[in-house]
Amino acid sequence: MDEHISAAVAALTDRFGAQASEFRGQFSLLLAPEHIVTACQALLDEFAFDSLAGQTAVDYWPEEQPRFHLIYLLYSFQHYQRLTLRVPINGNALSLPTIENVYPSANWYEREILDMFGVRFEGHSDLRRILMPYDWVGHPLRKDYPLGYEEVQFSFNYDEIDARKPYARE
Amino acid sequence: MGVEQKLGNMGVVTLKLEQAVNWARTNAMWPMLFGLACCAIEMMSAQASTYDMSRFGMELMRASPRQSDLMIVAGRVSRKMAPVLRRLYDQMPDPKWVISMGDCASCGGVFNNYAIVPGVDEVVPVDVYVAGCPPRPEALIHGILTLQEKVRGEKVKDWA
Repeated sequence: MDEHISAAVAALTDRFGAQASEFRGQFSLLLAPEHIVTACQALLDEFAFDSLAGQTAVDYWPEEQPRFHLIYLLYSFQHYQRLTLRVPINGNALSLPTIENVYPSANWYEREILDMFGVRFEGHSDLRRILMPYDWVGHPLRKDYPLGYEEVQFSFNYDEIDARKPYARE
Repeated sequence: MGVEQKLGNMGVVTLKLEQAVNWARTNAMWPMLFGLACCAIEMMSAQASTYDMSRFGMELMRASPRQSDLMIVAGRVSRKMAPVLRRLYDQMPDPKWVISMGDCASCGGVFNNYAIVPGVDEVVPVDVYVAGCPPRPEALIHGILTLQEKVRGEKVKDWA
């Protein structure tokens, strides 16, 4: 098993110039955005990483270059091995090719990343918001998004907030 | 003194129209299944055998809004769900009442963020609020009894 994962890591490092790092037995590869689809295809075909366990993003604001890291978590059922791919992208070039054609479960993951971070995926079949309402403005999980809380209504400010609060009419 | 002594020889009971209609409304109020989150579990257990809600008239829960009179909003309402909730409320025929069950439906609960509507009374008009996270089935039944008292006090001139 260990040879399998080392073979996969070595192959990706040779072909795509990925930087490998290891933490407590978990391998993680830093990859450039233009290689992500071919890398995923290679991992699926040659190294039997047949399942996309998760796809998410991290916002490193206020650092603009890169601003987001996209994380792809791959799992191989046949070899019981996990692998993480990280793709850094800039704040002003928020677009990436989709891996939906390689792993179909990326459909909803990429919709969630669009909704929460604003990263668009080219070639996606149905790119729209998934967690927030369809006409929502803003991307909530970015670090510069306001918390969006409302003032708590205690007894000392009950009447002021009661006057402002929108109650439903019949 | 039972009702047989008032019946007399003719078998007739006289009472006010308000009382009759309100009695009918309270004793056969069918809730609509609107369990959204964790409070739904407590609503289910209030309907089940230990804390039976059928003894108060809520014999069954209808999933269709067209066939129910009471909407128990059990659980947190997200911003995406709020228009759906309003649409289902609009589809219920009059007379209809709303019980806001739990803290999240009443005031937002533990959540104070962009995703949860802080209180379902911003979406539908609420008659009874039941507090708790989640409220015990007995608390929900107390809320239902409070609603029944409120309905029994309704006057003819308030009926639309």
